[in-house]
Amino acid sequence: MYDGGKIITGLIIFLALVTFPLWYTAASGDASYTPDPETPAQGNCIESKEYMNAWHMDMLDDWRDAVVRDANRVYVATDGKEHEMSLTMTCMNCHDDKEKFCDRCHTYLGVTPYCWDCHVVPNQQGRR
Amino acid sequence: MNVLSSLVVVLALILVVYLGVDKAGLTALFGTVLPYVAIVLFLGGFIYRILYWAKSPVPFRIPTTCGQQKTLPWIKPNNFDNPHNGFGVFVRMVLEVLFFRSLFRNTRTQIVKDGPKVGYASNYWLWFLAIAFHWAFLIVFVRHLRFFTEPIPEWILGLQAVDGFIEYGVPVFYITSVLLVVGVAGLLVRRLFSSQLRYISLLNDYFPLFLILGIALTGVLLRHYVKTDIVSVKEMTMGLISFSPVNPEGVHVMFYIHFFLVTCLFAYFPFSKLMHLGGVFLSPTRNLANNNREVRHINPWNPKVKLHSYAEYEDDFRDKMVAAGIPVDKE
Repeated sequence: MYDGGKIITGLIIFLALVTFPLWYTAASGDASYTPDPETPAQGNCIESKEYMNAWHMDMLDDWRDAVVRDANRVYVATDGKEHEMSLTMTCMNCHDDKEKFCDRCHTYLGVTPYCWDCHVVPNQQGRR
Repeated sequence: MNVLSSLVVVLALILVVYLGVDKAGLTALFGTVLPYVAIVLFLGGFIYRILYWAKSPVPFRIPTTCGQQKTLPWIKPNNFDNPHNGFGVFVRMVLEVLFFRSLFRNTRTQIVKDGPKVGYASNYWLWFLAIAFHWAFLIVFVRHLRFFTEPIPEWILGLQAVDGFIEYGVPVFYITSVLLVVGVAGLLVRRLFSSQLRYISLLNDYFPLFLILGIALTGVLLRHYVKTDIVSVKEMTMGLISFSPVNPEGVHVMFYIHFFLVTCLFAYFPFSKLMHLGGVFLSPTRNLANNNREVRHINPWNPKVKLHSYAEYEDDFRDKMVAAGIPVDKE
């Protein structure tokens, strides 16, 4: 082998970089953590759980556009029921704690939605 | 033909995973077994290729230079384009690896229209597409660490915030999504539309382009158009890196397509031209100082020659030389 010292050093640096998730997670010890957002004990969400898991952000985006641009505040769900298009009034009427519901998955996945750039988090002391 | 066959290969891979997951339900195969096989192939193959290359002797410096070599003291040397020491080589390598400096010097030679003259012009298109593609791919790759770390380090969130700076759509559109697709599609188009280039292009030139284009497009689809429950996805990826794999129900087949194409990329990587990731660091025209005139470089495969110097010869025959009247150096 020629210039073996330099090449082996380079390889070790490369391996250390690509195995970053392994040793980072081993050090933090949180690999098996899974978020459990607190859902209300009874009642159904306005759409199915599977749909909300994947698409709630699009629904809220559509709601915002409908309310702000078209002044349309009525959402007709798949089951035909009508709901008011409102994050803080409709969604958070049941899911009333942002930290125990929204934030759990968002933090887990590194998602930083910009809802709260404009909205005030309801039921927080001193901010209502 | 090469274009079509590599496109067919990529489409076949997509079809295989679609049938495998959606029809046959082989989530454990595509979600656990093949990724582990791929990562072993990737790491093992990578180390093997580098060590194999390390065995090649580099007997002499190859001075492909673009600047004045260090010479007489009143002539100003250009240490970055024609390095004579380790520091100069380091800077040249940094500029090469991070900014593709030698590609930036790409020129186009053509007959000038208004006369029988040869003209040389800068040709930045290749450099631009290459740098857009490579940097976007790196940033996209690093951003994906959010699925492989818990808790997610701050710097990854920072990178996401910068990348999603335009704040368009929900979830926000990333600048690198566009750059990656534009870059890799541009490199493909360049290969297809330049007849000289198409003539020399092989299956293994097109295949990585189609594969990476497939990865990029399925990634964009997953983020913006065909959504799935990414909490389950992260449970799966975290299961993989903590060696306790799980295959949650209800993950959309589009995720498996994306994941399997990445798996293929990892497995294919060390055995393809993509190994320039490691190979660029071993480029003899870039990583060796041009010091042929300062330092003596000895060919490493020279055979050992048994030498017998004049002094030793004289020691052997001094008596006879003196007796015969031949002058000797040492009495």
